Amino acid sequence: MAITHAIASGMGGMRTAGDLVARMQMTRGMRIKEAKEYVARKLSVSVTDLSDPFRMTEIRDELGIGLVTPLPGRPMGMEAKFRIAEILGIKINCVNKFKKKANIDR
Amino acid sequence: MPKILTRMGDGFLAEVSEGELRKDLEEGTKDAAERAKVPPLNEDELRHLYDIYRSSAKFTSVDIGDEVVLTYDAGTLKIRRVGIDVGRIHALQIYERLLGADTMELAHVDYSYKAVKPIVGNEQPILEQALLTSTIPLFYGAMPNLGIYSQPDGPVPNASELMPMGKIAEARAAQEEAVELAVKDMVYVGSAMYESGADGINFDTTGAAGDPDFLATLRASKILKAKYPDLCVELGMAGEFILGMHGRLEFEGVRLAGLYPHEQVKLAQSAGVSIFGPVVNTNTSKSCAWNIARAITFIKPCVANATIPVHANMGMGVGGAPVVDNPPTDAISRASKAMVEIGRLDGL
Repeated sequence: MAITHAIASGMGGMRTAGDLVARMQMTRGMRIKEAKEYVARKLSVSVTDLSDPFRMTEIRDELGIGLVTPLPGRPMGMEAKFRIAEILGIKINCVNKFKKKANIDR
Repeated sequence: MPKILTRMGDGFLAEVSEGELRKDLEEGTKDAAERAKVPPLNEDELRHLYDIYRSSAKFTSVDIGDEVVLTYDAGTLKIRRVGIDVGRIHALQIYERLLGADTMELAHVDYSYKAVKPIVGNEQPILEQALLTSTIPLFYGAMPNLGIYSQPDGPVPNASELMPMGKIAEARAAQEEAVELAVKDMVYVGSAMYESGADGINFDTTGAAGDPDFLATLRASKILKAKYPDLCVELGMAGEFILGMHGRLEFEGVRLAGLYPHEQVKLAQSAGVSIFGPVVNTNTSKSCAWNIARAITFIKPCVANATIPVHANMGMGVGGAPVVDNPPTDAISRASKAMVEIGRLDGL
């Protein structure tokens, strides 16, 4: 079920910008069009690029916001989320909790 | 006359004529329009649906660029359900890296807030560790599931036993008591998960036990959003229609029994819900084409009334998907495409 929907209608998560667009829906209540336009603006790409795994892999690697294939030395997981929060201008709860727990919340 | 291969709501592969397919679409939308008192699908929309469902392709999809984002119910349970005994953090990684998930949901196998409450201290470290390794947004989810607050599973008298005895006042009182308990549990677990770093909380199958179930979830959502304004609260429904198990419950002056998705979403918004997940149940005696026309007819006005993202539920037996454990990709992909393109959803 999940993979059928993901391929038929889904953006593809980290393969593209799906997780980023989802974050704009979750944090700012943006509808799909607005969320895509916002993310495209923040990443300096076109809305069409957001769904393109080829283009988004390059962009995600440049910006350090997480890749599906975890290449050595590239930000992933919490590291990537720090960058995502900054680039998108949003609060990510676990990032803020991490800063507090690691005593780097300055 | 060429025959079209199509699915029934129970998953059976059938052959229909072009005329039968058209008739199913027309009757499906008419059924929904009459029940919910909303407009039926127009000619263009029916033609669009017809084109999707007359295709002989095994798989279909939205056009490039029209993709939406996906949220999930019972996310981490689905890998184990097929007998692959992976840990939940690995399950999340499978969804994130292999299955193209835009978001994910950590869940316990006993997928109810009442069941999770006493073990929340064991769930939190799993979530905290998962958040360290995951990049995609992570929800924690479970069901309000008011039924399990009733005896013998729970503490309150069983309304389903009291009602046939004619003890309506007692049944209502029991349900009201269950609401109070459920709100406490949902707020407790939701708070714990937010404090552990969750991006969101998912209330799955809201309304399964009727209007008390819906009320409890609306109240819990409102409390959580007041407490944690930046918490994403996703409220996913159980059915298209709120069953009046109590019949007199209201939220902010609106009676809950009898509400359809376009009305449910307004209350969800009022409660501070961030993402609303309407449900339309599949009729297994009808074709998937009938079911999807019906589902979209319910969903379209819901999307139009919404000021928040709408992610229609499209799992087994809902949203035009057949009621079958091993879902045929032809049926699911058609429903997925139709719902996004005609329903104008923000996600699934």
